[in-house]
Amino acid sequence: MSEQYDVIVIGAGVTGLSAAWWLARDGLSVLVLDKGVVGAEASSRNGGGASHYQSPLFAEEQRLWPMMDDLLGYPTEHQAERVIIATNQHDFDHYNFIADICVGMGWPVDKIDGDTAREMVPIAGDNCLGGIHFRFGGHANPQRTVQAYAWALQDLGGRVIQHCPVTSIETAGGHVTGVTTPRGAFTCGSLVVAAGPQIAGLLAPLGIHVPLAAGRAEMIVTEPAPLMRLGGVDGNGLYGRQTMRGNLAFGGGPHEWIDTAPEGPRARPTTPLSRSLARRVAELFPRASHLNVIRSWAGVVENTPDGRPLLDRLDNLVIASMSGVGFGLSPASGHAIRDLVVDGACSFTDIGKLSLARFADLAPDWRETAGWLPLASA
Amino acid sequence: MTRIHDPHAIDGKIPGPNEAHDVIVVGAGPAGLAAALEAARAGRQVLLIDEHPVAAALAGNDVPLWFGGRATAALQAPERLIETLVENEPLIAEAFEAGIDVRLGVTAWGLWRNRDGSGALPGAMLGLSDGQRSWTAGFAQLVLATGARDCALHFAGWDQPGVMGALAFETLVARYDAFAGRRVVILGSGELALQTALLAHAHGIEVAAVVEVRDAVQGTATLPADLPVLTGHRLLRAEGGIDGVERVVVAAGDGAERTIACDTVILAIDAVPAIELAEVGGAAVVTEPMRGGAVIPGGAGEVLPNVWLAGAASGLMGTREAAEAQGRAVMAKALGLGSDIASVPEGFDRMAYRAEWLRALVATSPDTTKVCQCEEVSRADLIGVQPPQYLPRPEKLGTRSLGTLLDDGPPDAEQVKRLTRAGMGVCQGRRCREQVSLLLAMAANLPPKAAPRGNWRVPVRPVPLGVMADWDHAAAMDAGWDVWFGIGTQWIPYRDIGTPEEARHLERLGGSMHL
Repeated sequence: MSEQYDVIVIGAGVTGLSAAWWLARDGLSVLVLDKGVVGAEASSRNGGGASHYQSPLFAEEQRLWPMMDDLLGYPTEHQAERVIIATNQHDFDHYNFIADICVGMGWPVDKIDGDTAREMVPIAGDNCLGGIHFRFGGHANPQRTVQAYAWALQDLGGRVIQHCPVTSIETAGGHVTGVTTPRGAFTCGSLVVAAGPQIAGLLAPLGIHVPLAAGRAEMIVTEPAPLMRLGGVDGNGLYGRQTMRGNLAFGGGPHEWIDTAPEGPRARPTTPLSRSLARRVAELFPRASHLNVIRSWAGVVENTPDGRPLLDRLDNLVIASMSGVGFGLSPASGHAIRDLVVDGACSFTDIGKLSLARFADLAPDWRETAGWLPLASA
Repeated sequence: MTRIHDPHAIDGKIPGPNEAHDVIVVGAGPAGLAAALEAARAGRQVLLIDEHPVAAALAGNDVPLWFGGRATAALQAPERLIETLVENEPLIAEAFEAGIDVRLGVTAWGLWRNRDGSGALPGAMLGLSDGQRSWTAGFAQLVLATGARDCALHFAGWDQPGVMGALAFETLVARYDAFAGRRVVILGSGELALQTALLAHAHGIEVAAVVEVRDAVQGTATLPADLPVLTGHRLLRAEGGIDGVERVVVAAGDGAERTIACDTVILAIDAVPAIELAEVGGAAVVTEPMRGGAVIPGGAGEVLPNVWLAGAASGLMGTREAAEAQGRAVMAKALGLGSDIASVPEGFDRMAYRAEWLRALVATSPDTTKVCQCEEVSRADLIGVQPPQYLPRPEKLGTRSLGTLLDDGPPDAEQVKRLTRAGMGVCQGRRCREQVSLLLAMAANLPPKAAPRGNWRVPVRPVPLGVMADWDHAAAMDAGWDVWFGIGTQWIPYRDIGTPEEARHLERLGGSMHL
């Protein structure tokens, strides 16, 4: 007889693990299965930003982040607030427009001049025109956070099995009954599919068509710089942060659309784009241009056609993709998924516009139409 | 059908290489020089680069070799060092005379090829740097004769000036004329250690002792009779003062301790094939204890299309003549002029030897000894999978360790690295990756062959932002540059989705940029 769980979560990324942790907090028995290692994909390969004001989950995220270290019991390196500095007039105007949007939504923002920016960001240069200081938002360490979710889940009795890909989802009478893996079958009351780009392939056999395209994005990281007052500093077409160790980790620029295999990416190569990233970091922080770049890396990220998350419940199946913006929102996305599984609806915000039904009329060749095709198939 | 283009995608934006060569050889050691000369003899146009002499700042970070703070101020005068290098290596002059484009002090820090998940390159290319700027170089054939790295193992007092690797010692003594020590203790007694002792002896550097943890000398070379060799001895610690090492304390099998005065401790237990460029170019990596641990399958030869490996980088240990012969053979095959590449003689289990030394050093050092010097990670924190010291350690972290991680699956070096930061410093894990790998294997009861390993990433040498930067990059790269994927609808505030505000946002934000 196969092992029985209240909820099985496919995908030990930040969204799946947060959901599992929230569900375990309710006393449910939870199993998380992953094709590889905890947080090995985009969940640990991102800029660590937590300032996504556009999301309906954002207010809940902002409420939770300051509590997460205590709630999880493990450090996440969460740091509040952000500064975005401009090195040209276009960016300066752009950031100020965004500041107005945020203020209009009730999120406080200070508009700062060049001198104030240089005082806050000592590695900025004479080219800095000023910028905006978010009195909200922030950033955290993705790798540490994703492991913290996994450990906190285990502390509540939840189970994580790594290197255990789900080969099929089993159904009976229109309900999900469990999953099959190389390590045997597991049965469940509810299933959460939070497997990133692999979601589409897992659900297609059930006749559920999830439009997702995977892309590869790159980052670079430098040796440590002296710690700045705020680590969450970016601009110049980059996203990223100064880590608590002092390293500057930044990404941005063109992505590469790729194919998705059930077993996940075979490689996550970087390209000479690293050199363009280095240039933009050096432009943003002229007084740090002597710092050594010591690593680059790439992550594979899934996107929905409109770039917005997919959070939906179909019978006893919950589908969760954050469409490339999942790390910062994870405290709240897990809460929303917990609500969908347990209560059938999100308790703290409206997520109706994130349903799968919005893609019901999507043409099958939507990737071709958008130009989101891998180079190999050109 | 016309392909629809995503203006924010990478397609067509990576420019071709700044320069192109028929043959590029990376590494002007015996194998690389012989390979380059072979190609020149065959009438090919050849670029031969070597990162030596390395910049003083890099050497200070123990990149690419473990210099251990024992270089003289000669490193501050690179022009003079180049002359010294040429004087010390006659084949370099021969290469110049053969018309080879020889560039010293030029580092290859990246190798990119189209492969799984990356198809946007106009062709394979190297990332090069001379310390002032960087550029890319294409090739018809690339020979990686990148040699080997030092293999560092930790012990009490290893994190002070005067503790260094055998290859760095050889470089400072035989290539740079820039070794600052006078009296050395050599750890290990395999061929590498014996050659190190002979080199020191020939240069008038006193060898205070050759220390071997096993009961017999492991190599075959004959040392001068008066050179002290201590077999069956453990190293207890290195002690020193403001200038670093002043003495080591060793113990015989019966526990009898002996203090040996010295200013330098040379780890000559093993060297590690320098596979960085091959790995970041997409070559598979396997662990073969006889060839020196993590190596490219197949040894010397073509490891990727038109990318060849020769010499110590392939796991070859042995004489200079053997390396030159292999370099010639690899180039001949690369040019379609030959077929036979001699294989590496096997027989000595290098990883077992490293592991035996490491076990002995672990037994004599407190577990507070730093394993990763850059990030200051102690052995206890590595095996405990504890976060760095600048983070709080809540009570629950005390319940976590490598042991609890192993309940979730096999040990994963990348995961441990991210959690502890071991290997994430500016030396790029050169001083700790072999020992971290072996320590994880030991803690997980795995044989050395199954030791989990961390991977290499571009840049495979630290390169300053302002040097790595592509200051001339094509306008195509800036066109469509977006912070993220350039999906305008992604950034519409939720409340505005489906309202007239949505169109205004898309227009005002140019349909893409966010924070």
